[in-house]
Amino acid sequence: MALDLTQYDPGRFYDESISSKNRARSSCKELIKRLRKMDEDDLAARQTAADLAIKEMGISFRIYTKKEGTIDRNWPFDIVPRIILKSEWDTIEAGLIQRVKALNLFIDDLYHEQKIIKDGVFPAEVLADSKNFRPQCVGVSPPGGIWAHICGSDLVRDVDGTVYVLEDNLRVPSGVSYMLENREVTKRVFPELFEAYAPLPVDDYPTQLNDMLCSISPRRVKRPEVVVLTPGIYNSAYFEHAYLAHQMGAELVEGRDLFVDKDECVYMRTVAGPQRVDVIYRRIDDEFIDPEAFLEDSTLGVPGLMRAWKAGNVGLANAPGAGVADDKVVYAFVPEIIRYYLDEEPGIPNVPTFRCMYKDERDYVLANLDTLVVKPANESGGYGMLIGPNSTEAERTTFARLIKRSPRNYIAQPTLGISTVPTIIGNHLEPRHVDLRPFILSGKHTTVTTGGLTRVALRKGSLVVNSSQGGGSKDTWIVPDAGV
Amino acid sequence: MLSRVAEAIYWFGRYLERAENTARLIRVNSHLMLDTPKGISLGWEPLISITGLGKNFDDFYTEATERNVVKFLIGDLNNPSSILNSLAMARENCRTVRDIIPRTAWQNLNKLYLFAKESVSSGLTKKGRDEYLDGIIASSQQLNGLLYSVMYQDEAWLFLRIGRNIERAEMTTRILDVRSSDLLTDEEELFESRSLEGVQWISVLKSLSAYSIYRRTVQVRVSRTPVLNFLFHDTHFPRAITHCLNSVEESLGNLPRNNIPLKSLRLLVQKINARKMDHLEQEALHKFIDEIQSSIRRFHLAIEKQYFLLPPD
Repeated sequence: MALDLTQYDPGRFYDESISSKNRARSSCKELIKRLRKMDEDDLAARQTAADLAIKEMGISFRIYTKKEGTIDRNWPFDIVPRIILKSEWDTIEAGLIQRVKALNLFIDDLYHEQKIIKDGVFPAEVLADSKNFRPQCVGVSPPGGIWAHICGSDLVRDVDGTVYVLEDNLRVPSGVSYMLENREVTKRVFPELFEAYAPLPVDDYPTQLNDMLCSISPRRVKRPEVVVLTPGIYNSAYFEHAYLAHQMGAELVEGRDLFVDKDECVYMRTVAGPQRVDVIYRRIDDEFIDPEAFLEDSTLGVPGLMRAWKAGNVGLANAPGAGVADDKVVYAFVPEIIRYYLDEEPGIPNVPTFRCMYKDERDYVLANLDTLVVKPANESGGYGMLIGPNSTEAERTTFARLIKRSPRNYIAQPTLGISTVPTIIGNHLEPRHVDLRPFILSGKHTTVTTGGLTRVALRKGSLVVNSSQGGGSKDTWIVPDAGV
Repeated sequence: MLSRVAEAIYWFGRYLERAENTARLIRVNSHLMLDTPKGISLGWEPLISITGLGKNFDDFYTEATERNVVKFLIGDLNNPSSILNSLAMARENCRTVRDIIPRTAWQNLNKLYLFAKESVSSGLTKKGRDEYLDGIIASSQQLNGLLYSVMYQDEAWLFLRIGRNIERAEMTTRILDVRSSDLLTDEEELFESRSLEGVQWISVLKSLSAYSIYRRTVQVRVSRTPVLNFLFHDTHFPRAITHCLNSVEESLGNLPRNNIPLKSLRLLVQKINARKMDHLEQEALHKFIDEIQSSIRRFHLAIEKQYFLLPPD
């Protein structure tokens, strides 16, 4: 039976492929035309082929469940690509570069003179309460003043088509390996569509990451020793750590592989004896990287690492303390931060955000809990949130209490009607909500991935795209306007 | 190369080899059963002794029946060296060194593991067993072939080879030890059971894929002393102990800081070279094999101490 799209109905949401009932957007005409020609069995067969490829390629992530403990899940992937026109992407890319530039200036300022606070643009009390401000980093000057070398910013599109930045991940953002693998899988299962669209390639990311990491090496050597520091195979993103190390030809190390010697340099234990390390792409949170400086009982880190970093003997990406700007309250100030440091208007808007620390904004939030989304300042992965329209009276009471107890820790935003894309459910297509996480690399130059990782909430009506909570992903295509 | 990585690759090599050899062992025993005259039962118990897992087996089973033994060796999660557990361990070790192992090899290993896991119930039936075991052996060999043809031959490769060959040498001693102790060697009985003895030595050779090459290079007649000589001393057959150890020596020779492990290995090789196989009676053979296995264990410890990541003191 041929695919029937007449029943496809995104409701009030902006659908990225289909504009009104049964009509494809111009960027997706070819895609929809081909999907229509396909029959349901063919579509389902391709999805099965993709699932099998993912299984065979070992693309997985680990999650923890109460029932089963730590388990390996195959990466859930939907084969219908999400298409974005190059012209629109160019605007988004420029906006992201601007944003990350400003955030790096902001972090560097916070650890030095704190001019932005003295000038009354950013409140001192927000900094005082920040969980991710690291006093250990005050006065440190990493090369080029760059702290957040790798940033993953989450973008969403509202009902009217406007793209917003939802949050910036400046600690250890993950997902880029899935972006790369998604492309590989799509090439296998949808080859003919590639010929029609010629999406821009994404696979130069590992090279750019490697170049950026080499650029922060303290030793001027031809091939600096770059390593990827992972918490180990039980981490949910271990797949990605191994993947990136492999792609860059870098060693994948655990804390126990490294040590800091008397000369305050970092070495790794090899079969030939100790070997000097120049740059560490660390995928371990600040608190765990050095038991001497942070959590004493951390076994994941390397004792003395902070000493080596401060002495300028090793490059760390991201720099410890960069997470100070990865905070949902700081987020609310990003437009001001951009204006303050760059004297420019933000290229991509923020989602309107109510800061519970201010009385008038808090009162508004407390009075409108049933329509807002409330987020704790320092959680990630979609945990600890209240989604107003789907909440119960009891949950709202709990959150009201939480907000009153520590207002600095909460922000609230209107419930966005985030956009949908056609997604295979069974053997037909249904609209599902998506976001987009591009990755921005900052070193000597700033580069942005071509597109990024599209995450999709596979459950009907769900807005939660996190893979730990029933989310999947899609390949994201940036296509030349002329080609469609 | 990182010490931790060297260790994982070494074990990846060992576990993969262990899975393949276990499959060989079961397959050959199955075939041997079919060749045994009525009234004589060779049983399945020897397979448990070969793997040195008698204690684990006794914890969970009361009788060494065909069904129990096959289940224990193929898919029992309580047996740390069952095919399924060996492949799972090969995969876990490989997972931690995915930046070293070629991507296609990782995919093949996943396929192999998934095949072993998903077809295990058919592997436990008499009808499906051969196909299952052939599948395991063929896929391991495919994976080894793939590694030979695409893996970068640096230190990782050397550790993989050392792991594989040391495991192979050990499995060959195990096969010799038990399969042969089971043989009837008493002079009087020998006459009557000559053909049965021949069948059993043939089974030893077959379990190592050595049958036809033995007949071509040694002699057509299969008997004790030449078989022992061939499997201990041959330098060209890949599963002969001397060949395995020579390969280990060659790999080790290219590693840095290799003095101590090399010394340990040479002692082991000398011990084997010096031993004549004529008139090596059953008990003496068993004792000799025990010594060899202890020496292999000592060699492993020397490698571990020199190259691997020891737990912090």
